[in-house]
Amino acid sequence: MEWEAVIGLEIHAQLATTTKIFSGASTAFGAEANTQACAVDLALPGTLPVFNTKALEMAVMFGTAIDAEINKTSVFDRKNYFYPDSPKGYQTSQLFYPIVGTGSLEIELSDGNSKLIGVTRAHLEEDAGKSLHEKFPSMTGIDLNRAGTPLLEIVSDPDMSSAEEAVAYAKKIHSIVTSIGICDGNMAEGSFRVDCNVSVRHKGEQKLGNRTETKNINSFRFIEKAIKGEIIRQIEILEDGGSIPQETRLYDAEKDQTRTMRSKEEANDYRYFPCPDLLPIVIEDDYIDAIRSKLPELPDAKRQRFSEQYNLAAKDAAVISGNRAQADYFEIVATSTKDAKLAANWLLGEMAKTLNQNDLQIDQSPVDAQALAALLLRIKDNSISVNAARQVFEAMWNGEGSADQIISDKGLKQVTDTGAIEKIVREVIANSDKQVQQYIAAEPDKRGKMLGYFMGQIMKASKGKANPGQVQGLLKPILDSLCN
Amino acid sequence: MALDRQDVEKIAHLARINIDKKDINEYLGNLTSILDLVDQMQRVDTQNVEPLSHPLDAIQRLRADDITESNQREQLQQVAPAVEEGLFLVPKVID
Repeated sequence: MEWEAVIGLEIHAQLATTTKIFSGASTAFGAEANTQACAVDLALPGTLPVFNTKALEMAVMFGTAIDAEINKTSVFDRKNYFYPDSPKGYQTSQLFYPIVGTGSLEIELSDGNSKLIGVTRAHLEEDAGKSLHEKFPSMTGIDLNRAGTPLLEIVSDPDMSSAEEAVAYAKKIHSIVTSIGICDGNMAEGSFRVDCNVSVRHKGEQKLGNRTETKNINSFRFIEKAIKGEIIRQIEILEDGGSIPQETRLYDAEKDQTRTMRSKEEANDYRYFPCPDLLPIVIEDDYIDAIRSKLPELPDAKRQRFSEQYNLAAKDAAVISGNRAQADYFEIVATSTKDAKLAANWLLGEMAKTLNQNDLQIDQSPVDAQALAALLLRIKDNSISVNAARQVFEAMWNGEGSADQIISDKGLKQVTDTGAIEKIVREVIANSDKQVQQYIAAEPDKRGKMLGYFMGQIMKASKGKANPGQVQGLLKPILDSLCN
Repeated sequence: MALDRQDVEKIAHLARINIDKKDINEYLGNLTSILDLVDQMQRVDTQNVEPLSHPLDAIQRLRADDITESNQREQLQQVAPAVEEGLFLVPKVID
């Protein structure tokens, strides 16, 4: 009997506001503990929340970006539970009337097909603080800097049936929220967290199986691994005649497996009710239209434009347009060098490799777009070879100066003086008696393959500075003239 | 709607309220009569009535996204029972 998985995702995107959703405290990441937690965030008696206009705007931006229904009246509810990193004793969220209603988006799969995934809703809520369990022997330390940071929780329909589809969907949402600038998308810092709801059933079965929810996964690779593992785990239990308890699980990246966090018996009973401290949010068509009209270019449109305007391969266009910072970087380099292909190659090659090694994002690169463009221009005007350019790039990364400075400091400028190159070519030929004799003895159609040796020697003799194109142009005629 | 003693204990637990066992019957009576009132209200036909989420006929005012709160940790932590390295300390909780 064949099994199929049913997967839905809940994504928490931290909104890139300057202040919290209900208070004027800063949301900047990495501040000293509790220095950005004000009386409202601490839920001191007598404080009242006031809603941040930017959080509303960003939620509506997301809704318009995926062409979802925008609810002109939405209401904040209290989700009641006790945990020390949530000092109010409830989380302010939206259950009954979320700001964003149903929408959908298309994901592209590796087999070339695409699939429409429904978005059930997206609602505004506040993040909790952080609990530090390991720091003190018998106590838990609480840092409330994150408490009250606005979140947009984006809930999908259970439309995905594999880990690949789930990752494609999560990446799509990630590229949308970062492209429209409502979330910095930094998964390592927890700005974009994913809960995976997974169940399995026999293929063709209508009824859904019991589902488990694996919470707070913070990388695309872990989403894939957690879902794959969870599907196998559930199928094994069911095939052994067992049943799946509905529960909340945690993904343990080190062991690459999920484990129980909360079982249904202990499941929270949240007793939602409308928050009496906050009035309904009412927006007008004009407001929504104004936001829609100033929405930045979306990833799908950008990908299309990149492949048409810059003639990029479909795969390159998809990768580069998927991340706004990278797309912006690319456009600067492509425009400044007037060579999109070269810009894409360097961005996805040397730059991506070096960023990866240093665990950095493109907007943290020590080599900015203008600097890289200046380097690529030196390849284009034949001042340096591609190999030398890699050396220059490394030096630029290490802060040794601009491309031109480094080229001159390290003496990497290519020799393009034909006379000088010809002198080296003739010297190498004069010193390679044996190889020259073999060349002369070879069948004319085999001779091309024998040029490699001479090229190597010449480049070595010139310390890599001879322009390879010019060397090639000179070498063969000189050798061939010896054959007559 | 009928509640039993266990419901009362569960409600008290969810609200983290410590109740005296001997008072449970009284709470049971009070809560049941509140729910009876709700039942009575549920019987009203509300088909064409807009849901009311707030008794005030007003809409939410919005705040500009500007930082208005500075670091007041020193002051705010004076009322906390235990503080160390800037963190509030609570009895160990592991979820």
